[in-house]
Amino acid sequence: MKKFDKDKVLLAIAGPALALVSAFLLTMIVLAASGVDPIDPLRVMIDQASYEDVQVLILNQAGIYYLAALAVAIGFRMNLFNIGVDGQYRLAAMISAVVGASVSLPGPLHVALIVLVAMVTGAFWSGIAGVLKAKRGVSEVVSTIMLNAIATALIAWLILPKNLGVQPPGSNDLTTGDIPESGWFPALTIGDGLEVYGFTFVAFALGVVYWFVLNRTRFGFDLRATGASESAAQASGVDAKKMIMTSMLISGAVAGLAGMPLLLGESHTYNLSFPVGIGFTGITIALLGRNSPIGIFFAALLIAFIDKASAGLDTAGYAKEIGTIMQGLIVIAVVVSYELVRRYGIRRQQQKVGQELAAGHALKTDNKEVAA
Amino acid sequence: MKILYGMQKPDEGTIAIDGEQVTFSSPGEAIARGIGMVHQHFMLADNLTVLENVVLGGEKLYGIGAKARKKIKEISDAYGLGVRPDALVEDLGVADRQRVEILKVLYRGAQILILDEPTAVLVPQEVDALFDNLRELKAEGLTVIFISHKLGEVLKVADDITVIRRGTTVGTADPKTATTKQLAELMVGSELPSPETRESTVTDVAMLNVQDLRLTATDPDGVVREVLAGIDFTIHKGEVLGVAGVEGNGQTELIEALMGMSIPDGGVITLDGKDISTTPTRKRREGGIGYIPEDRHRHGLLLESPLWENRILGHVTEKPNSKRGILDPKAARKDTERIVREYDVRTPGIEVTAASLSGGNQQKLIVGREMSHAPKFLIAAHPTRGVDVGAQAQIWDAIREARREGLAVLLISADLDELIGLSDTLRVIYRGRLVADADPATITAEELGTAMTGAARGHLEATDNPSAAADGDTTEDEAR
Repeated sequence: MKKFDKDKVLLAIAGPALALVSAFLLTMIVLAASGVDPIDPLRVMIDQASYEDVQVLILNQAGIYYLAALAVAIGFRMNLFNIGVDGQYRLAAMISAVVGASVSLPGPLHVALIVLVAMVTGAFWSGIAGVLKAKRGVSEVVSTIMLNAIATALIAWLILPKNLGVQPPGSNDLTTGDIPESGWFPALTIGDGLEVYGFTFVAFALGVVYWFVLNRTRFGFDLRATGASESAAQASGVDAKKMIMTSMLISGAVAGLAGMPLLLGESHTYNLSFPVGIGFTGITIALLGRNSPIGIFFAALLIAFIDKASAGLDTAGYAKEIGTIMQGLIVIAVVVSYELVRRYGIRRQQQKVGQELAAGHALKTDNKEVAA
Repeated sequence: MKILYGMQKPDEGTIAIDGEQVTFSSPGEAIARGIGMVHQHFMLADNLTVLENVVLGGEKLYGIGAKARKKIKEISDAYGLGVRPDALVEDLGVADRQRVEILKVLYRGAQILILDEPTAVLVPQEVDALFDNLRELKAEGLTVIFISHKLGEVLKVADDITVIRRGTTVGTADPKTATTKQLAELMVGSELPSPETRESTVTDVAMLNVQDLRLTATDPDGVVREVLAGIDFTIHKGEVLGVAGVEGNGQTELIEALMGMSIPDGGVITLDGKDISTTPTRKRREGGIGYIPEDRHRHGLLLESPLWENRILGHVTEKPNSKRGILDPKAARKDTERIVREYDVRTPGIEVTAASLSGGNQQKLIVGREMSHAPKFLIAAHPTRGVDVGAQAQIWDAIREARREGLAVLLISADLDELIGLSDTLRVIYRGRLVADADPATITAEELGTAMTGAARGHLEATDNPSAAADGDTTEDEAR
């Protein structure tokens, strides 16, 4: 028993370790091939991370990524690939910003309303893909990609001043108006006015909820069972269509939350410079973190580190796109190395079970023959 | 077998063909050395003709036209296979498909033929025909490796027998002198189990009643087909109702309708006095239906999950697995250990994945799981398929035990000995209808086999002359 558990832990670590090592090696090869010193940029990045302000940036970014990755991971556990997290997150941030700016309520209620609107909007957008899949069998991969494009167009139209948008005087930017201070989420202040978004902690707390729901509730078991084998889950009494709908809605609702740290903690408005692509990064992180809340936490930190630390490469004379290359290579390395480790694990376990049984059985037959 | 066919590499040991040592790293190389494999599950494209299926992947040999057709004819005639090259595979019966598989292998120049459980899907008459084909092949100088767990068949067709148990050769036997009993003892290392049920435990309390169950399906080309029609039966407490039939005659659909996995077009299903016709699957399970699925990998297990999670599967809402919506992994683990112990599931622990167990042990886990929730009615679909003889006996014991305590069982099986031995009542399903019934105490496998092909209907009387059974129809009509 013990042995199997130790194996499991080793294998669980082997996947990410193999992926990261090979991704970094590949990055160095790419750098060397393009005539750049392969070590120095990495040193610059690590240097960057020793500054307190960069650390706060990393932590804040990690919170945003964490939520996006959780949204993706919920889908993954159910064997659904929600590529639409990005569209769901942006639309949710925009709509909730509009609602937040147009009402004034006492503090906690105001925040709660904005969060609720974001979740509902995200769930609505992913729910479209859910309905299409459950009723018509449309692949969620295709529909969510298309919904991303539709969300982009919809936001661009909604944010026009003649619709819901506001153009601040003397600026080319378009915003949704400012959310009054009652709708801000309190931040944790460290030292020289450095602020960690309060919502970051909500994000990490959500990881605990995610773990509990998936691993300790009937609903979570049904969801995982459906992801592992739809036919077996169906035979066990899971309504597959309902499950598709539910998990899509939850995934969308969590995706809707991904905009909250930034909206409630810093920008207090949705504007043209609101980040794009968080949802896609979330896919990388969910993959790297193997859909586990702890794995995703470290993966989010790592990707946030690459993001924020690579910004400093410019001043050191390197292209900051090195960070993007690194992230891309991590995705490839993750997919390949996890599959390798998974196959190895299955083979190894089968062999082991066979061996142990053969040994046990050999003993038994020996006894019998002696008795006979 | 996988090693012989190049699908897996051996850790050690050698393979020699015609005295020459060989190693295979892919099935392609094995084929090149004249080894051909007929798989248990056929690998044919339904919407292609026999000719197209045979040349598929072997286009270089004789082209795809007249030359290939001639060659197929030649092989078919030489070995008496009777294959029609232009028939669509979807129109062929199981036995014909199997002959196409054999022809496919011969077409590629196989000198050594591996047949994996070739008789599992055949009725007795078809088995005899297959054996005639195999004798032809043998007479032409081909080598046949016949893998089966049906001992009588092995004795009948083989010239030399090797018994393998748990991956090692445990003995060889001469079919001329060996008996099934001796072979079975070699296989399990102990007494031969038999499915014989001794005393009757049938009560007159109806547990499951099915009335006029109907199900239609629409084919891709728009034709509406009757899959199940006029299904009527009652299973009493303590009764095992056996359903015999060639696979694909509506058994799967019947099970799915009973489980609530598909919605029938009509009919009433009553369990223990309650109408469950529209009840969802989970409620039916909670209401006391146990399910041993025909395909345990697809419907009974989460292969990559540990055993204790598999113990929860299908019973997530029931004790000891959960309380008020919250799982109780500790209790589930403990109960899994109990099942492993009581049902003799051979495993080093409950944290290993279901995939790492052998088929027999997987099945014992499923049987243990289903029995642990005190079912009122058990659907046992091919409960001992692909299961070693030892596990087979244990599974039969478990079913018999539960039957004594008042369980109603629907037994669907392709193993006629199992059906006859275990059932209290027998029905035959043919093209979605229950066409015949029989008394397991007097019926023989051959008579049952005849009815499975649709040749006999009504109440099957045991007679010395099997063909007389076909007249059972009229006898029963007169009796009414």
